[in-house]
Parts: sequence; C-alpha cells; structure tokens
Amino acid sequence: MSSTTTTPADLGAVHTNGQELNYLNNGHGLKSWLLTKDHKRIAILYLLSVSFFFIVGGIFALLIRINLLIPTGVFSPDTYNRLFTAHGVIMVFLFLVPAVPAILGNFLLPIMIGAKDLAFPKINLLSWYLYVVAGIILSIAIFAGGIDTGWTFYTPYSTSYSNSNVLLAGLGVFVAGFSSILTGINFIVTVHTMRAPGMTWFRLPLFVWAHYATALVMMLATPVLAITVSLMAIERVTHVGIFDPAMGGDPVLFQHMFWFYSHPAVYIMVLPAMGVVSELITNLSHKNLFGYKFVVLSTLAIAIFGFLVWGHHLFVSTQSVYLGIAFSILSYAVAIPSAIKVFNWTATLYKGSISYDTPMLYGLGFIGLFLIGGMTGLFVAALGLDVHIHDTYFVVAHFHYVMVGGSLLAFLGGIHLWWGKMTGRQYPEYWARAAMIIQFAGFNLTFFPQFILGYLGMPRRYDSYPPEFQLLHVLSTAGASILGLGLGITIFYLIWSLKNGKRALANPWGAPGLEWRTSSPPPTENFLETPIVTWEAYEFAPIESMEVLGYPGDPGKPTQPVSADHGTED
Amino acid sequence: MATIETETAPERVEIHAEHHPNLAHHFESMEQQREAGTLGMWWFLLTEIMFFGGMFLAYTVYRHMYFSAFAAGSDVLSIWWGTFNTAVLIGSSLTMALAVFHAQTGNSKKTTLFLLLTIFLGLVFLRVKYIEYSDKFAEHVFPAGAYEWPPHEAPAGPHNVGDLFLMLTGLEASHPAGITQQGMPVKVTTNYAESGPYYGVGGSIPEQIGNPSFGAHVRMFFLLYFAMTGFHALHMIIGIGILFVLAWQAWRKKFSREYHSYIELTGLYWHFVDIVWIFLFALLYLVDRHP
Repeated sequence: MSSTTTTPADLGAVHTNGQELNYLNNGHGLKSWLLTKDHKRIAILYLLSVSFFFIVGGIFALLIRINLLIPTGVFSPDTYNRLFTAHGVIMVFLFLVPAVPAILGNFLLPIMIGAKDLAFPKINLLSWYLYVVAGIILSIAIFAGGIDTGWTFYTPYSTSYSNSNVLLAGLGVFVAGFSSILTGINFIVTVHTMRAPGMTWFRLPLFVWAHYATALVMMLATPVLAITVSLMAIERVTHVGIFDPAMGGDPVLFQHMFWFYSHPAVYIMVLPAMGVVSELITNLSHKNLFGYKFVVLSTLAIAIFGFLVWGHHLFVSTQSVYLGIAFSILSYAVAIPSAIKVFNWTATLYKGSISYDTPMLYGLGFIGLFLIGGMTGLFVAALGLDVHIHDTYFVVAHFHYVMVGGSLLAFLGGIHLWWGKMTGRQYPEYWARAAMIIQFAGFNLTFFPQFILGYLGMPRRYDSYPPEFQLLHVLSTAGASILGLGLGITIFYLIWSLKNGKRALANPWGAPGLEWRTSSPPPTENFLETPIVTWEAYEFAPIESMEVLGYPGDPGKPTQPVSADHGTED
Repeated sequence: MATIETETAPERVEIHAEHHPNLAHHFESMEQQREAGTLGMWWFLLTEIMFFGGMFLAYTVYRHMYFSAFAAGSDVLSIWWGTFNTAVLIGSSLTMALAVFHAQTGNSKKTTLFLLLTIFLGLVFLRVKYIEYSDKFAEHVFPAGAYEWPPHEAPAGPHNVGDLFLMLTGLEASHPAGITQQGMPVKVTTNYAESGPYYGVGGSIPEQIGNPSFGAHVRMFFLLYFAMTGFHALHMIIGIGILFVLAWQAWRKKFSREYHSYIELTGLYWHFVDIVWIFLFALLYLVDRHP
C-alpha cells in the first residue's frame, strides 16, 4: 500500500543516500572494521581477503598453464607439483568454499529474511579471523617450501614420502574448516530463529534456501575433514600406520573419509551459486520463479544426495564393484534435482521481461556451462567410462566447468547484482558486459580443449606430455590468458566504481526481495523498522507498490530508467 | 499483494520498552535469543558427533581387520581406572544438571557451588587420565617413540578401591618399580588362536601372537586409544575452562531466572562430552575384555 506522505526529502535521502547513516559510514578507522560485529562489514572483510586469495590462486593457475605450453614443461617436475597443489588448495579451501556463502551469504542472508544481523555476530567475526589464520598458515606452507601432494593429500604419499609442508597445510585446512563450520551454524540458526514476522519458510528467497542447504552440508561434512587431516597428521608425526599399508593401515579408508567431506564440499561450492542464479534469473526476467517449491526441494535433495555419492571418486581404488554400482546409480540420481533447477530457470526466462544486464549474462552463462559440467559429470559417474577417463584432463575439465563455469560465474553475477547494495555505487554496465563476454570466451577456450585432451589420454597432474597434445595445450593456455584478462578488467572497474560509479538506487532492478526495500548501502541494522512480510517470494508487482522501508511511497527506483548504469549521477 | 506494513506491532514496542540488559541488539526478545543459542549449541554438538565419528569409523574398520590385536591392546588398559572415571564423569553430569537447575531458579550461590563441583570432578577425571597415560608411557605402549610389544612392564593400575584412592592422591605410585618382578600376570600373552576361530562379521581369522606384525596392529589400537581419549580430554579441558568463567560470573550474580542460557548451553556441551566418554569406555576398555 503506497502511502501519500512522501516528502521530496525522503526520496532524495534514498536516491543519493550519501549523507544517510549507513553501515559504511557508521564508524571509521581500522578498529571499527576489525572489531565489527556487523554481518555486512564482515562480508566486506571476507570480500577483500577471499578476493586476495582468488588472485593468488589465479596466478598459480597461469603458472600451471605456462608450464604446459611446451611438451617438456617449463618448470621442474617438483616445482610443477607444488604449483598445482598451491592452485588447488587455495582455490578450494580459500576461495570456492567461502566465496558465495561468506561474502554474499553473510551480507544478504539476514537482510533477505528481515533480520538485523546473524544470530551470533561474534562467532561470525571469529569465523573471519579463523579464515585469515588459515590463509596465513596455508600461505606459509605454500611459499616456504610448498606442498606437493595435490589438494587431496592422498596417503601414504602425504604421510610417509612427501618431504613438503604437509603438516602445515593440514593445519591450515583444519582451521579453514572450523571457519566454515561456524558460518554454517550461524546461517542455520539465523534462518530458524531470526525470520521477520510473516517470513514463512516457503516465502524465503531461494538464495536463503540454498544457503540453508549449504550450511547443513558444511556442518555435517567439514568435521569429518577435520578428523581426517588430524589422523593424517598423527600418522605423519608418529609413523604409525593408520592409512599407510606398509604399516598395516588402509589407504582406501583415507579416501573414503576424505571424499565423505570433499564430495559434499562440491555442493558447498555449487549450491550457494545456484541460489545466486535463482535470484539473477528471476530478478532480471522480472517474473516469478517457475516452480518455487520444486527448486526448494531440489536444493535440499542435492544436499542430501551429496552425502551418498562420495564413492564415485574410488571407482579405481579397489572399492568393491557392488559398492561402485551403488555409488554410480546414486551419482546419476543427483542429476535429477540438478536438472529440475536448470529446467525451472529456463522456464522462468520463458515469456519473461528479460534485461540483458551483466548479472543476467552471468546467469545465462552459468546455465550453459553448468549444463556442460553437469552432463560430463554423468560421463565420469559411469562405472565403465570412468576407468578410461579417471584422473585425466576430462575430469579436470568437468569440475572446472562446474566450479569456474558454475560457481565463479554465479559469484561474479551475484557481485554485480548486489554491488550497488554493498557499496552504494554501481559498476559500469558497458565494461561489465564486455568483461563477462571476454571471461566466457576465455573460459571455454581454456577448458573445452581439456575435455578432448582427457579423452585422448592426457593424465592430470603431469608436468610433461607427448608432442601431439601440444596444440590443445596451447589453446588452453591462450584461453587462460583471455580469462585472466577478463577477470582483471572486472577487478579493475569494480575498484574504479567505488569512487567513480553512479550512486546506487535502493532498488535498481525493480526486484521484490527484502534486500531491495532498504537503502543502498543499508543502515547498520538493515532496516529502519522491522519489516512485516505480507507477500510471497518473488511476487513481482508494479514498481510503485514496492516501497523502501522507512521511506513511505518511495519505490527506490524511478518509474523511468535513469541511465544504463542503474544509478544516478552525483 | 506486494505491500508493506510500516506500523510496528504493539507487543514489539512493549518488548523494546523493557529491554533486558543482556538482550543483544539484534534479537527481539529474550526467548528468541535463548532459542537461537540452544539451537546453535545442538547443531554444534552435531558437528562434534561427525568429528568423533571419523575416529569411531577408523576404530570399527581396524578392529574388524585386527580383532585379536585390538583385544590384546584392550587388555592392557586398566578396567579400574576406566570404571572409576566413568563414575566420576556421570557424577559430574549430575552436578552440572543441578547447576543448571539452580541457575533456572535463580539461586546464584548454589549455581556457583555445583559449577565448582563439576569442575572438581572434571579435574579428577583428568588426573586419572594423566596417571593412565604415564603408565602407558612407562609400559612403552605409547604408539610413537619407544614403542614395544609386549609391553615393557606389566600393565599397571589399581586392584581394589584402597589402591585406587592411594594412587589417585599420589600416596602410592601406580607403577611401582619392580612390579614386574613381583609377578603381576601379563594377560596379553593369551593366545587367542587357541580359543578357537573367531566367527565375527565377515569371518575375521584371529591373528597369531607370534605374527611379526601383530605388535604393529596393537600399536594401531593404542594410536586410536590415545587419539580418541586425547581429543576427548581436550574437550574436557575446554569445558573446564568455560566452567571456571561461568562459576566466576555466577558468583558475581550475572545470571538470573531470565538470563542463564550460557549455563544451559555449557550443560549441553558437558553432557555431550560425557556421552562420548561412555562410548569410548565401552569400545576401548570393555568390548574386548577376556577376564
């Protein structure tokens, strides 16, 4: 119900909010950031630290690709082992796992459910500090000697033979795990106890559902990783065989325990990304999401099935063939809820009023690349075919299509969709579209040749290869350079926009979620008054009826588009 | 309808009006705050189950593979200390529950008293664990370093309640020099192969004591023993640390009928640590005993 008491001053306050008290200008100085308990500020802390490690991990990726330019390899085999391990460890534990939940989830989850903060703000800050400690430990492990086991730390190599910093890396992974356990507990409890009046479970945005499912996986899987790396460390220190067959241990037990975490961890990385994509697609199609409940249930189904498929990493590890058959069937079953999501997103686009702005481009990119990543997942889940492509570049290409083509694109799409909300400034639309297209092209050029390489028999983690593979490797390296360029452009204009971007409106996309009903950036307590939710999720309505809380009658977006950049001039 | 009501519900205003000093700014009411804390602790305990679960899995797998070795290792542990410590921990759960009860009824003095009693029992448990660990070091069955099988010395530990208290207070050493000569029977020489085949799950065949890798497999039992009880003891130490802070705060009358959730949450944690011990006691001390 739009009120008629609007004053021009109120409108001005929302639209240009530079003078408004918001979470960014509420307190200055390093201390106000490092001791903050505001989930939005902690999200920004995460954004800075996670982006830093993303760049470091990306540099290692480029070094890997440089090594593979020539068949004999550029670096020594020993150096190469350390390079791909550094890339894997940083990207998995310091980028992919925390990226979407700890940055976007932290910032948006309380706002989306109408809460003032996460349930445990101090624990939230603690989890960031744990992340930083883990980052420092892993950096020391990587830069002071390196780790050469691969990110999977397979025994007995890691416990009995490797002469690299395995213990330090294990400690880093252990600490990083606790950071994500604490984030998970915070999310679950927040969703259970902190929802605004009227925000029922089936009115929750899909972004929130995705984070709820992710938090479940984080809490149930991560402790197993913690104890697995602890046992690995104990074996390495005491030289008593837990996993080393020479001492009576069972290396396959390590693989079971490791993948009991690390396969669900794949869903920790991709479920929040799916949540982001649901928001991107529906908000930029300006249309209610098709089959809301099916998407919710498929989200939960993926989280549950995710726990039952770890054995597909052990098809060639002497696992019983009957167990292999069961794991293969269950792995196929995961394709069903994943496909439900893809169909629902596609159906949402149908007859939607689609804006081809950057977040939508990322959303569409996600659907296409995730489709390829998911379908090739069925190839590797097939017992017979997996024997041929196990541990080849086919697998490398498959999970990069899911992790980079899926999670990274969704993360960047989310960053663009909510950049104005987070920083108060909009990104430049022209540059962002150009960067997205460059990234998309570069990504496909990097990883598509790797499917062919793998099928032809190029094993993963090898530093050299027969000369006939060189053309495909050169294409892949060229693609990686283009992808790096595209990402560099994004990093550059996002920093540039902090000073020079257009002022963000409260609701630049005309979207119905609660986060669009508060100013950009939001005040410290998120809303000027506690919202009372009377609408269903994704209930698109005429823009005039979607007011910004505390500013009666102000939709946060002019009925006429202001400019292509969804913002106003200073 | 995508509308929004800007009026605040009357009961909310009331809650804000009489704001409890311990209500954090982002909660609407004490009940909401308490519910969040309790739910958070339960979820945390679930992660703890998964953490210990990894070790229980390893224990299960290796006990199945090396049944006789695990039985032999289990025999070296002192059933007296294990039983005594189980009683101590169950007692501490009682005192913890009483502390929670008195916190709920707003009796600060009794809350403090029972928290201190819980701490005391926790410390007794750790004292016994210390004696047990030193004995295992003396017997050279600690899995790293100077590990030997059969044990360097006969398994130590009390043989009656009198012994137990003398050893607990340090009046009598648990591992008096020369006890081996005095001839306490070393049970571990039992040859399980003599007692017929073991028809366990999957039909494991008992190993011969003479098997050269038998000692290495007993060593795995001790590795798991130290890892599992060690992680458990670490949880006890953390719990005792928290209890000290709570006892101090209870003494300073920080808690009241309305505000005592920290004590309740610590109670949940303490009971959980006790339950883990019950499983450890059964699996490590009891399950393979051959009297």
